[in-house]
Formats: sequence, C-alpha cells, structure tokens
Amino acid sequence: MAKISVQFTLNGSERAEFVESGTTLLAALRDKMDDTSPKGGCHQGACGACTVMIDGELRLSCLTLAETCNGAQIRTTAGLANGEVLHPLQRAFEDAFAAQCGFCTPGMIMAAAALLERNPNPDRADVVEAISGNVCRCTGYEPIIQAVLLAARANSTSAA
Amino acid sequence: MGISLQTFSTASEAQAALGVSGARYMGGGTLVVRAVNEGDLLFSTIVRTTDPALSAIGTSDAGVRIGASVTMSMVLAHPGLSYLAPAARAVGGPAVRNMATVGGNLFAPAPYGDFTVALLALDAKVSISGSGEMALEAFLQERDSLGASALVTSVTFAAPTPDSFRFLKVSRVHPKGAAVLTIAADIREEAGSVVQARIALGCMADRAIRAHAAEVALVGRPRTKEGIAPALTAALEGIAPPTDAIASAWYRREVLPVHLGRLLLS
Repeated sequence: MAKISVQFTLNGSERAEFVESGTTLLAALRDKMDDTSPKGGCHQGACGACTVMIDGELRLSCLTLAETCNGAQIRTTAGLANGEVLHPLQRAFEDAFAAQCGFCTPGMIMAAAALLERNPNPDRADVVEAISGNVCRCTGYEPIIQAVLLAARANSTSAA
Repeated sequence: MGISLQTFSTASEAQAALGVSGARYMGGGTLVVRAVNEGDLLFSTIVRTTDPALSAIGTSDAGVRIGASVTMSMVLAHPGLSYLAPAARAVGGPAVRNMATVGGNLFAPAPYGDFTVALLALDAKVSISGSGEMALEAFLQERDSLGASALVTSVTFAAPTPDSFRFLKVSRVHPKGAAVLTIAADIREEAGSVVQARIALGCMADRAIRAHAAEVALVGRPRTKEGIAPALTAALEGIAPPTDAIASAWYRREVLPVHLGRLLLS
C-alpha cells in the first residue's frame, strides 16, 4: 500500500509525515509524531482515552483517519503545559489526586479542557456530562470531577 | 490488505465510487473506522464526501430535513430541533457526538442507533442519492439488501406538535451507556383520548422497529394507567430482543412494558 502524506498543526507546530492510507490519527500521533499522550484503549469509541481536539472540537483519534486531518489544528494533552508550568487542569488533577494508573488522564483532561473553554464556570452536572464519554477504572470519578471544578475555580480566581 | 480513502466534493461522485467492489461509505467514522480497527476485511476502500448539502439542517412549516452528515452535536445546537435533543444527547459522550452522524446512526446495530428510534417515531423518510425517498421503517428492513452504492443523503419528517413527542433511553451505566432499550413515541390526543400514536423501539430487534400493535391498542383510549394497559401487553408482539453484554433478551422483554408505561404516562 502506497504511503500518503498528512500535514497538520500539532500543538502549535507544523507537522508532516507519510503514513499508510487508513492509518488512524491516534497511530499517526503516537507512532510517527512521538506524541504518546493520547492512549489507545478500546479502539471502538467507548473509552475516550484517545480524546484530542481537532479544530477546537473534541474527537476520538482512534476513530479518525489521519488523512482526514490535513490542514487541521490538533491539540493534545502534551501541548497544554506552558513549558515547565502545568496547565491549571493538570495542576488540579495532581492536587486532587485525580489520577491513579493515569491511562485515562489525558483523555479526561482534554474533555475537561473542552468544557472549560466553552463554559468557564461549570457545575458538577456539567462536569459529569463533559467526561461522560471517558472511562476511568481506578478513581470512581469523584476525584476527577473535583479536579475539574478545582481548575475552574482556579481559573476564575486568577481572572478576577 | 490496506485501506484506501477516497474523498469527493459531491454526494453523486461518492455514490458512483461506491459502485466499486469493496467500497464502503464513511460518515463520521464511529462505525466504519471501528470496523477497520476490528480487522473487518469486507471492504478495502472507504468513500466519503464533503458535500455541504449533507451537513445542512432545514426547518420550515413544510417539514424538517436533516442532512446525513449532520452530527449529533449539530442537532443539539439547533434551536428548532429541541424535541430531538434528548435523542441526540443519548448518543455517546461529547467526542462521539461531534463525530457520529444522523446518516450513520441509521446503520448502527442494536444496542446502538438511539437516534434512529426517535426518527422512526417521527415517521421519517430517507433520501437516497439517485433512488429517491423511502419510509424509514422500510429502509431499516431493506438496508442490507439496498446495495453498497445506496448513499443516504438526508432524512425528512414533519415536526411533532408541542409536547407530543417523548423519548427514553434506559442504560445501566450512567450518565452514558449502551441501551438496555430505547423508546420514542409521538402521541396525539384530543378530548382526553389518543387519536394518533407512533411508538418506536430500540433493542427489541437487531434494529429499530415500530410497535404497531401497541399503537393500535392505544388509539381511542385515555392515556391513563388503565387506558394504556392493552398497549403495554401489545408492545410485546413481534419483538425479538437481542441478548448481549448489556442485557438478556428475557430481561429486555420483561422491562419493556414497565418503561413504556412510564413514558406514556409522563
């Protein structure tokens, strides 16, 4: 099978690679572009571990073909921190002990980031809905919910 | 064998490409790329279109038209489709809803396809590129024999009257999970009695079905506990619920009258 070129912006950097046609965005990111923050869990759209943002919309990279992303702006958890300074969501997850094994964490954080960009002051129900497509088998979800609310409060405090 | 992707700017070009052996149409990817990930060898070419007409929503007094590429998130965001919001919200989490399309949902096997259950209760029609329109109920029965080149372009239906449309998805995992069962109903009443009823069921067969016997049993009767009792019994006629990881066929059959009763009395 001939390889095809894919070219998009990944966390602010122009990236281009040759991949086999039919390669998922998840595989392209992890195997070709060294961004292993999206995880491959179920590959069926059920677990949310591979969640990324494409042109500002939350998507599942395991169900997205890389060649459909040409020219797109792609964001992953790997691009959230500002150098050594963690993103407020990353800091909140750390402070609230919202990660145990950590496998779901990048997808959870992207789902939460999409929520906070759309709704900076979510309530608990908003957070539950926002992460409803992301499965965590460790935490029981409550620490994750509290972390997202903590990050929202931190954002609103710093903005005041 | 690898997979090749062909993207076309018009639906008619995409339909022509589907005539080639081994081609399958992709909407949002939640069914087709999933099949690729699972090693489905029944197709080698994925066809898609970026035709803007398939991403359009039109609402007027004449009816509602939703393009096949419209996503669940687009339905949720449309102010004129608020009655369909519960059905669109029932499809996956936010990321899935940004991908999953109305057209793709028509092909989702049980326990998926919740949105199709809603469309079936609205008596929707399906437009197929080059073949005209057909009733959704007939489409669901014939979709496997329509041929690979049948490309769904839109669904159309008349908007329900205020408060006539009801939707319920029952799942074990909250707030999101695959359905134990899904029910949609469009119930019209006059002078305290039901004058028209359309009831659609999900997870009561391998795809969405209409509960015609229950509809007949409901018409002419009041929407009370006693009035709906014959319909709850009749709803069990003709169903063949699947057994899967979510629920057994026996369980689905047992709880259908309970949830249908709650929905009709709500």
